[in-house]
Amino acid sequence: MLSKRIIPCLDVRAGKLTKGIKFQGNIDIGDPVEAAREYYGQGADEIVFYDITASAEGRAIMLDVVRRVAETIFIPFSVGGGIRTVEDMRSVILAGAEKVSVNTEAVKNPALIAEGARAFGSQCIVLGMDVRKAPATPDLPSGYEMVIHGGRTPTGIDALGWAKEAERLGAGEICLNSIDADGTKNGYELNLTALISSNVGIPVIASGGAGKPEHLLDVLTRGRADAALIASMVHYRTHTIPEIKAFLHDRGVKTRMNW
Amino acid sequence: MIGIVDYRAGNLTSVARALAHLGKPCVVTGDPRILDDAERIIFPGVGAAGAAMANLRETGLDDHLRRWVQNGRPVLGICLGAQVILENSEEDDAACLGLVPGTVRRFPPDLASGGRRLKIPHMGWNRVAFCGDHPVFAGLPAGAEFYFVHAYYPAPADDAWAAGWTEYGIRFCSAVARGNLVAVQFHPEKSGRPGLMILENFCRWGGSDAQ
Repeated sequence: MLSKRIIPCLDVRAGKLTKGIKFQGNIDIGDPVEAAREYYGQGADEIVFYDITASAEGRAIMLDVVRRVAETIFIPFSVGGGIRTVEDMRSVILAGAEKVSVNTEAVKNPALIAEGARAFGSQCIVLGMDVRKAPATPDLPSGYEMVIHGGRTPTGIDALGWAKEAERLGAGEICLNSIDADGTKNGYELNLTALISSNVGIPVIASGGAGKPEHLLDVLTRGRADAALIASMVHYRTHTIPEIKAFLHDRGVKTRMNW
Repeated sequence: MIGIVDYRAGNLTSVARALAHLGKPCVVTGDPRILDDAERIIFPGVGAAGAAMANLRETGLDDHLRRWVQNGRPVLGICLGAQVILENSEEDDAACLGLVPGTVRRFPPDLASGGRRLKIPHMGWNRVAFCGDHPVFAGLPAGAEFYFVHAYYPAPADDAWAAGWTEYGIRFCSAVARGNLVAVQFHPEKSGRPGLMILENFCRWGGSDAQ
């Protein structure tokens, strides 16, 4: 059987981590390549990079980061942030990323998903979704609404409807972020995750709200997620990936224990 | 020198990067004259079987691959390269290279485990139970897992050519070995240290499957 994946997420701005990660001895480092090396060594199953630089210059620096990461770690990694065209996808994939993720750009231009899937295969295209709770209406039957521009702009689009549409267009995976849970460290949004995961045929990575290993256990079982994204709980060394994996393994969740 | 066969079947640079990391010189090319000089061949690829076979025929690389395998050169197929070595594929109903008797099958649509429907493609980390003691799969840590992304799998006509098995709702063949040809459905170049070990073993392998 497949192992549930544990995926650290790194935010990069102009080639530097926006928040450093703590190394052994609590040294703070800001280099995304070193961070990737650290998490690869800890047994991360995959790594996600979000480039939050908007400028052309920032993009060029990010491509260099992607190339250096690809020479350093030998597990899949994805890159998202500001990918607007198939050409943007191509440059990131040729630089060595396995997957690209599209979020706001795909909501504005859903054809981007289909074009990307045709050019590189569905397995390369991850749909990033930022979602918040909203009163259920005939237009928002699931009671969850898509939000774009990093969570700032509500769209009136139903999250479940969009997930199904993106799957139909050729998305190979969904990275599902709850705006309500994000940053709370109170746990993932289990209802949202289970709703989306049980209604699509592609894997769902849960994101937003992880504060302790119990939260991963909940979302990978009751939340029916295929993978869990983690950030601050490992960046600040309150937990390590081997510790999280051992916790899950001891409670019957299949995780990759030898690397 | 290791030749990585480029037949327009996806991005092959990750295999080259893994070999560079291992200090093994390699070349990514579709030019049979350059590949002729390679001491061993890696045949990777992602995408659809029909398009891949069309590209192989158009470039004449299909005949060269058959010749390299017949002449005893060590050949490693990866992912799509572990599928098109069989006789035919359910994907695109494609006729394939026929280097190993058998068929490439699609996972059944109603794949389930423990009462829960399984997602297709099979994507992520899974175990491989290797059989025998093939030199390419020697020394791997117990319980090692490998990274898979696929909806089709090789089904050799004779289990004797299955070098490894994986469970995903069904038990399927995830590694094939026949003489100087070895092939894996997973991505060793993306499977961390155990995957790199397989590549390293292949780089040292003389091409005999002495069991």
